[in-house]
Amino acid sequence: MGFEVLLKGSNMARLLSGLGVALKISLISVLISIVLGVILGSIMTLKKPVITFISKFYLEFIRIMPQMVLLFLVFFGTTKALGISMSAETASVIVFSLWGTAEMSDLVRGALSGIPVIQYESSYSLGMTVGQTYIHVIIPQIIRRMLPLSINLVTRMIKTTSLVMMIGIVEVLKVGQQIIEANRKSSPNAAFGVYATVFILYFLVCWPISILSKYLEKKWES
Amino acid sequence: MDEILNINNLTKAYDDINVLDHVNLTVKKGEVVVIVGPSGCGKSTLLRCINSFEPIREGKVILDGETINPCKGKLNEVRERIGMVFQNYELFPHKTVLQNMILAPVKVKKIKKKEAEKEALALLDRVGLSGKKNSYPRQLSGGQKQRVAIVRALMMNPEILLLDEITAALDPEMVREVLDVVINLAKEGRTMVIVTHEMAFARAVADRMVFIDGGRIVEEGTPDDFFENPKTERLRKFLDSFSYQ
Ligand SMILES: Nc1ncnc2c1ncn2[C@@H]1O[C@H](COP(=O)(O)OP(=O)(O)OP(=O)(O)O)[C@@H](O)[C@H]1O
Ligand SMILES: [Mg+2]
Repeated sequence: MGFEVLLKGSNMARLLSGLGVALKISLISVLISIVLGVILGSIMTLKKPVITFISKFYLEFIRIMPQMVLLFLVFFGTTKALGISMSAETASVIVFSLWGTAEMSDLVRGALSGIPVIQYESSYSLGMTVGQTYIHVIIPQIIRRMLPLSINLVTRMIKTTSLVMMIGIVEVLKVGQQIIEANRKSSPNAAFGVYATVFILYFLVCWPISILSKYLEKKWES
Repeated sequence: MDEILNINNLTKAYDDINVLDHVNLTVKKGEVVVIVGPSGCGKSTLLRCINSFEPIREGKVILDGETINPCKGKLNEVRERIGMVFQNYELFPHKTVLQNMILAPVKVKKIKKKEAEKEALALLDRVGLSGKKNSYPRQLSGGQKQRVAIVRALMMNPEILLLDEITAALDPEMVREVLDVVINLAKEGRTMVIVTHEMAFARAVADRMVFIDGGRIVEEGTPDDFFENPKTERLRKFLDSFSYQ
């Protein structure tokens, strides 16, 4: 079936470290996206026309652009055009963060503007300060509204990291291809075993995350 | 009786249109003042001016000798002394009934959690909701939510309670259970300013009735005078709109 190639030498370990690369890129990007997304999303609720226009444009641009094009644009485009040399990993993190920030800011904006002004007033009328109101009343509600959707974004990001091999990063899928190439003669069936294993690895990472998001969604629905 | 609230020559404008026009109203300690008037006459705006949710153009609001709108001190410290219940309850959806009730006492008044819970349970018991202490707002009926909102406001021991059409969003069969709670509060001597469209309730609970029309106090008086012998044509017309003969 082709699974035996994975037992040869350090093949399985290489595959796992490839998975590690993919996870590292998505994790760093997710963290950056959360921080920048929260800031941008909060600014968007100020409803200043210029800010609204720029952020809408940014969001639409990122959504329309295929991630791969964005990846090429940042990695090859900027290095050539601007003469900046950056590693492929840095380029990937930038692209994924651009994408994640756009999506997160939209989630934050939606969650914030979904909380009616009178919820704030209800808290103020009990003598709570602005700070206490945010900490105990507003932010917990925002997190509940956002978390399931942001977790989905994380799984989407992990899956999309398979694209970064196009700019030369050796992540799990690329390692898989290398193993298949190297063993073309000795195990011609390697493709099935290797890709199946890659599939299972993605599944093992993403499945618990999506279960968590379903669980939270159920627990917090109101 | 001592005067607790004094609204002095209050004028409030939106876009240069006066929605409250030189309103004067005093409320004594233990008094229940009920405000009625046609939709859009400025009732909610008046309540919102009392705890400074609305800036005012002219005049002032004085609570127990201290000017609170325009407010020079800390707004949160003033609002702590004024309870407010809204038409749509505005409970915190992510907190249980008990957590809703103890949040402000614990965070604002720095009361120990155990003590706050004890007090909350006693209040819940009085409004017949001790069985719901661990429920979330979404698991309650409108009438139950509104009773929780009332006792949540009471937890802060406010000097005065403002109720803005607290039964307007309720199904008819739930109105009674909420108004009964308010009538009991009145019997206990709570100071309240109540805006309502429930005329029978108004008459039962009020020490003094106030009729606002077009941003001005048009008429005020004891419930009997107010309902039996309205002095102005406008009040007579307004009261007539509630009867079907
Ligand atoms: N934010 C606002 N901007 C402009 N006008 C406002 C605003 N809020 C209220 N108004 C106007 O002020 C007037 C008084 O409104 P208010 O809500 O106090 O009326 P109300 O007596 O409570 O009416 P209802 O019985 O329908 O609740 C209305 O004419 C309303 O249109
Ligand atoms: Mg109103």
